[in-house]
Amino acid sequence: MNSPKSIIRVRDLWKVYKMGKVSVEALRGVNLEVPSGDFLSVVGPSGSGKSTLFNIVGGMTPPTSGEVVVGGLDVSKAGDDGRTELRRKYVSFVFQKFNLLPNLTARDNIRTALQIAGMPSKKFAPDLVDILELLGIADRLDHKPSELSGGEQQRVAIARALATHPAILLADEPTGNLDTANSLAVLDLLRDLNSRLGQTILMITHNAEAAEYGHRVVHMRDGEIVETRSTRV
Amino acid sequence: MTFKLVWENVRHKPLRTLLSVLLIAGPVTLILTLVGISHGFVEDSKKRSAGVGADVLFKAPGSSLMQFSAATLPDKLVGALAAEPHVVQATGTVVAPIGGFDSMIGIEPTEFTRMSGGFVFVEGKPLNGPDDILVDTWYAAQRKLKVGGKFTALGRDWNVAGIVEPGKLSHVFVRMSVLQDLLGNLGHVSQIFLKLDDPARAPAVVAAFKTKYDGYPCWPMADLQSLLSVDNVPLLKTFINVIVGIGVFFGFTVVSLSMYMAVLQRTREIGILKSMGATKSFVMGLILAEAFLLGLGGTALGIALSYVTKSVMMAVAPASLPQAIVYIWWPIAGGVAMGAAVLGAVYPGMLAVRQDPIEALAYE
Repeated sequence: MNSPKSIIRVRDLWKVYKMGKVSVEALRGVNLEVPSGDFLSVVGPSGSGKSTLFNIVGGMTPPTSGEVVVGGLDVSKAGDDGRTELRRKYVSFVFQKFNLLPNLTARDNIRTALQIAGMPSKKFAPDLVDILELLGIADRLDHKPSELSGGEQQRVAIARALATHPAILLADEPTGNLDTANSLAVLDLLRDLNSRLGQTILMITHNAEAAEYGHRVVHMRDGEIVETRSTRV
Repeated sequence: MTFKLVWENVRHKPLRTLLSVLLIAGPVTLILTLVGISHGFVEDSKKRSAGVGADVLFKAPGSSLMQFSAATLPDKLVGALAAEPHVVQATGTVVAPIGGFDSMIGIEPTEFTRMSGGFVFVEGKPLNGPDDILVDTWYAAQRKLKVGGKFTALGRDWNVAGIVEPGKLSHVFVRMSVLQDLLGNLGHVSQIFLKLDDPARAPAVVAAFKTKYDGYPCWPMADLQSLLSVDNVPLLKTFINVIVGIGVFFGFTVVSLSMYMAVLQRTREIGILKSMGATKSFVMGLILAEAFLLGLGGTALGIALSYVTKSVMMAVAPASLPQAIVYIWWPIAGGVAMGAAVLGAVYPGMLAVRQDPIEALAYE
């Protein structure tokens, strides 16, 4: 992977959804630069386009037009296989609904991510063991998601996301399904991971307090970035 | 890890898995049972033919090995053949179908006993009166016949005179003259068995007969044993092929539906895997591996169930439908089931591969 100054570069990004005969402009000429090691919060009301931006940067859907370069890979020119490679090698997701594989234990969820990434999955590397300790789930690895609390499931999801050493961690409302205590714990963890490991994080949130955990906050409305500001972090 | 993922998926929905395995086992059992019956029938025929103790079989023109024509050979021919060089004994028999796969054989008791070494009686006595029949133990069990009991066939009641050990040409025997009379074919037989002074002379004797009795099919009994196979029984091979085809169709349909359901149920999980960067081949591999596993389970269960059908056949119709366990057909039936299972999973697999990860993750 290249080591560009901006790990995410978005130029004049448009995404138009066709819904029957109606076209919906979800993104309208978005420009964004995210340097490596940044912790960026994206906030905005429903329909503002933040999820669409998240999905395009994560290679889940192609843009309609514009340039999106993530980790040196031009997502706007990549096909389905290229976007799959982006997800496999450069980005990892943490979702509001945790999205753990329900039939597998926490350990096997992490091992599956490692296998998909083409990394050794039988024994966890020391740095992954450290992350599991940091997340406080080292002794919960042999439990299935249904046996874990919401906070524990989200920590497993974070561990799974980090296990493959992604260049970028994309978090979509990571505290949306958690109570206050667990929300704060997860946000503290994300900030800790960012400061300790230099992990680049792009977090979407509705929560203004959560957004303040990032270095910068991007406000979106009607498919456009209307404000970018630094936080006190 | 892939196996674990597949295994846990299979374990997670035990009812769906059980139903799929059961439905895949169906065609496997069907194939193994019907092939087993075909082979069992032929094997039983072989044993019974060998039990006659003859060296040469002589039949009427136009008849084949496994086809019994009506009594069309003049019984004078029995005497003529008995007078041929190296022939020490000749005996004719009359065959009359009595429904289903069963037939009744008319024998000349003294001659037949001399040639075959005689029946081994379990109970009862030899044929005596015109209404007497002998049945072997299989047929007695199948029709719940007892010595002294009545048996109806060919429009009349017969008296069960004796029950004998199986393995002598047929399951049911009557006096030949009685059967000839009943069939309105006095003075004619269906086939003639010959005993030679030396069984090794059978090929030479048969060769001589083919010249002298042009058009009359005849075989050394030793050859007959090898000629009696599923491949040589008219339509049996076709029948088996049809059954295999049905097996493929059912296996394909069942697994396709099952995997289609599995893909629908796992839409969200497929979305999760895709969000982690799972390639098309990885997702397709999971679906095919699961189908393979279901096929394997179905094959094992199908084989086990073929033993159950064998027990049922041996309890219900040991004489008419003797079922063999044909090991060589295990991999064939298994291959059919697993091939159909994997093929049936391709379309659902393609659906899974094509799923949009965002839509898949939003699936509830």
